[in-house]
Amino acid sequence: MATKASRSAARLMMAPAVILLLGWMLVPLIMTLWFSFRVYLPLRGGDQGWAGFDNYTRFVSSSAFWPSIQTTLVIVLGVLAITVIFGTLIALLLDQPIWGQGIVRILVIAPFFVMPTVSALVWKNMFMDPINGLFSHISRFFGAEPVNWLSGRGIDWTINLYFTSFDLEVTMGVFSIIMIVSWQWLPFAALILLTAVQSLDSEQLEAAEMDGAPVHKRFWYIILPHLGRAITIVILIQTIFLLSIFAEIFVTTGGAFDTRTLSYLIFQRVLESQNIGLGSAGGVYAIILANIIAIFLMRIVGKNLD
Amino acid sequence: MARSVTPRRKLLNTTIAWAIGLLIFFPILWTILTSFKSEAQAIASPPIFLGFDWTLENYRVVMERSDYARFLWNSIIIAGLSTVLGCIIAIPAAWSMAFVPSRRTKDILLWMLSTKMLPAVGVLYPIYLIFIELGLLDSRAGLVVVLMLINLPIIVWMLYTYFKEIPGEILEAARMDGATLRQELIYVLTPMAIPGIASTLLLNFILAWNEAFWTLNLTAVNAAPLTAFIASYSSPEGLFFAKLSAASTMAIAPILILGWFSQKQLVRGLTFGAVK
Amino acid sequence: MGQIQLKQVTKSFGDVQVIPPLDLTIQDGEFTVFVGPSGCGKSTLLRLIAGLEDITTGHIEIDGTDATDLVPAKRGLAMVFQSYALYPHMSVRKNIAFPLRMAKMDQAQIDKRVDAAAAVLNLADYIDRKPGQLSGGQRQRVAIGRAIVREPSAFLFDEPLSNLDAALRVGMRMEISELHKKLDTTMIYVTHDQVEAMTMADKIVVLQAGVIEQVGSPLELYRTPRNTFVAGFIGSPKMNLISGEEAAKHDAATIGVRPEHIDVVESGGTWTGTVGVAEHLGSDTFFHIHNTGLAETLTVRAIGDVNLTHGDAIHLNPRMDELHKFDAQGLRIG
Repeated sequence: MATKASRSAARLMMAPAVILLLGWMLVPLIMTLWFSFRVYLPLRGGDQGWAGFDNYTRFVSSSAFWPSIQTTLVIVLGVLAITVIFGTLIALLLDQPIWGQGIVRILVIAPFFVMPTVSALVWKNMFMDPINGLFSHISRFFGAEPVNWLSGRGIDWTINLYFTSFDLEVTMGVFSIIMIVSWQWLPFAALILLTAVQSLDSEQLEAAEMDGAPVHKRFWYIILPHLGRAITIVILIQTIFLLSIFAEIFVTTGGAFDTRTLSYLIFQRVLESQNIGLGSAGGVYAIILANIIAIFLMRIVGKNLD
Repeated sequence: MARSVTPRRKLLNTTIAWAIGLLIFFPILWTILTSFKSEAQAIASPPIFLGFDWTLENYRVVMERSDYARFLWNSIIIAGLSTVLGCIIAIPAAWSMAFVPSRRTKDILLWMLSTKMLPAVGVLYPIYLIFIELGLLDSRAGLVVVLMLINLPIIVWMLYTYFKEIPGEILEAARMDGATLRQELIYVLTPMAIPGIASTLLLNFILAWNEAFWTLNLTAVNAAPLTAFIASYSSPEGLFFAKLSAASTMAIAPILILGWFSQKQLVRGLTFGAVK
Repeated sequence: MGQIQLKQVTKSFGDVQVIPPLDLTIQDGEFTVFVGPSGCGKSTLLRLIAGLEDITTGHIEIDGTDATDLVPAKRGLAMVFQSYALYPHMSVRKNIAFPLRMAKMDQAQIDKRVDAAAAVLNLADYIDRKPGQLSGGQRQRVAIGRAIVREPSAFLFDEPLSNLDAALRVGMRMEISELHKKLDTTMIYVTHDQVEAMTMADKIVVLQAGVIEQVGSPLELYRTPRNTFVAGFIGSPKMNLISGEEAAKHDAATIGVRPEHIDVVESGGTWTGTVGVAEHLGSDTFFHIHNTGLAETLTVRAIGDVNLTHGDAIHLNPRMDELHKFDAQGLRIG
């Protein structure tokens, strides 16, 4: 609903944003694609010609690849499970009439505003340090041996799926990172789910109450379906961010103790071992992975636009 | 959904909620408290909660030793300029999408969002190379541009959802009243959208302030903001808990205060308007 | 001056033509009302004249000069919107002054004009308030004030009263009519309410699906509707339109008779039926009548309070000289 003049003005005014983002997307993307097919070692002779798909196969067949995928999955799924479950519980709790709700809300949200390097360092040193950390004090108070949070051995699980079974080792390093990252993202999940809970029409719940539905049934049949969309959004957005967590690993373990995720592995290939070709091939994998998740998120956001 | 409950129930809920709230907030509280302790008291066993000798010594040492002001200034410049620049570019774009929608508007919006989802590490080296070529490595200008670009989709989206709530008739009225497009944007749209623009600025300032991939990888000394300042405490200075706490408190305090103001807009901004 | 001419104007949204070729002339000083059911294209037509939408083909002339490609600001028209579209961040004074500021008029002149407009519209007491602090009627007056300060060659009103409550609507209707008498400027007024059209217009344009069904003075439309659509749309309660055998008796496909042109008689009469619903308004009584042997339910308007209620038998006599006849295409015969 507009005139030709306003439509052409609109195109003109959209141009800077579109052109900038197009450049920001295409230029590095094309360069990454290019490098991924090259033997490119800046410190050892620079660009040494075509590599074909070598980088791609080498990246996948390196001994670090599958562990990094496993670490990525464990961290992402672990954080998602913790934040969504506790986020829902906190949202339901904060939705109840309580005294000082505003203040509690602020307390709960606060970690989201802490910069990642700060939260990683504070947790690593002041809480998880095996000698002076608060957790070690607590362990000693109960007469227990302090836990080696970041460098400990961890737990072995044997996962039995009906067609196969495998051993999953979650080191304390991975576990610690899950804890730190969950602490950072729990407020995000809780806040969004709280907003969603509050948008639930109370008449619906009252009707269910009149119909004699007990609390757990009201939760299961009314509240949870209502939250479904918000939970999906939380999961998708968090997944995008969690796939690329960086500072938390960089500051705490530097990728040691099996905490090397896919993106951290790529980071190491590119900046630490300066194997650009190999790192770029990894980058292309990461981009593809992120895009698969992004497509689902777009669908949901897109539906909301109509 | 707030319904009336019995006072006993309310007391129980309140107790649980406060316990959880304090538990979640505790790491921040502990950091702030520790920043006022002496190093010896900071690692005392058993830990001292409140009964320590309050001191500002740590703040003095941190400021003296690490040129805190320069890092702070870099953070302010980088987060502030990237956000303002982003808004200047995004306001006209969001106007177009909100008030002159075409069949492609939705696709463009979604595409913009998708650029936000590119894993940074995938394009790290190209950006690194470009920065070296252009002499932007470790420069504030370079970081301003990068952070502006990574937050631009969120800025456009947030402004778009705010602008959508302004009735188009008011802008048409301005057009009938003889306003040019520029006047329509400056005298009518922008003043009406001030609350939305303010929360967009605020949230994106926070996101830029806390950004810790590009700021760590593209800076060294000159342009390093607070994220890098704290990362430098990684070791061995990190073992001086009181000083680490003082540095951390200084890095997060400004943004915690800003963040509390923006919590309502946070949801809309971070879910791209999908949850309001 | 304010003569507006539409020549072979069409409008399409994508592949959908919402306004087929249309010609219309609005004379200077005339109060013209576009009326029709919702979605008939009347608002689109107004927005085409305003320049808020491009016409697809054809020409618009204002005072004899081609305005087809002019931006809204250059057409010298003022518009009052359905939602009033006041600038919420500006005081009443600044709202009214806005078009003058855009025209770069000097401040003394602006103040003079704004004060004059405020006096005409009784806005002086609210001049420093923000629109949010005003009632619906006051906002409406501010919107009109913003339109009149520009001294436009024509005013465009887009359903301006639809957001007001019934009592206020009658009052504003009169105010706008008086304003028209005072200013003697062309006004184009869009509404879906035929009562507004009948009471305010010099000339009514009845639209349906983008097509002009009839143009004429209110009484012309009332007395000689060109087709069944106009016949049914103008007048309240609606004209009774009867087809079938009864119409055939009068050599027509459809006959129409207005409720006020059917007399209730003691006995005999052309039609006999039973009262379904009786609406007693005091001054008039409206009867909805079934079982007349006709397919249609008849509506009858009797003057004063007639003491008949649900289920009573009723005898009716239509006035033959007020009978409207239409052919199979719905067009008026004779």
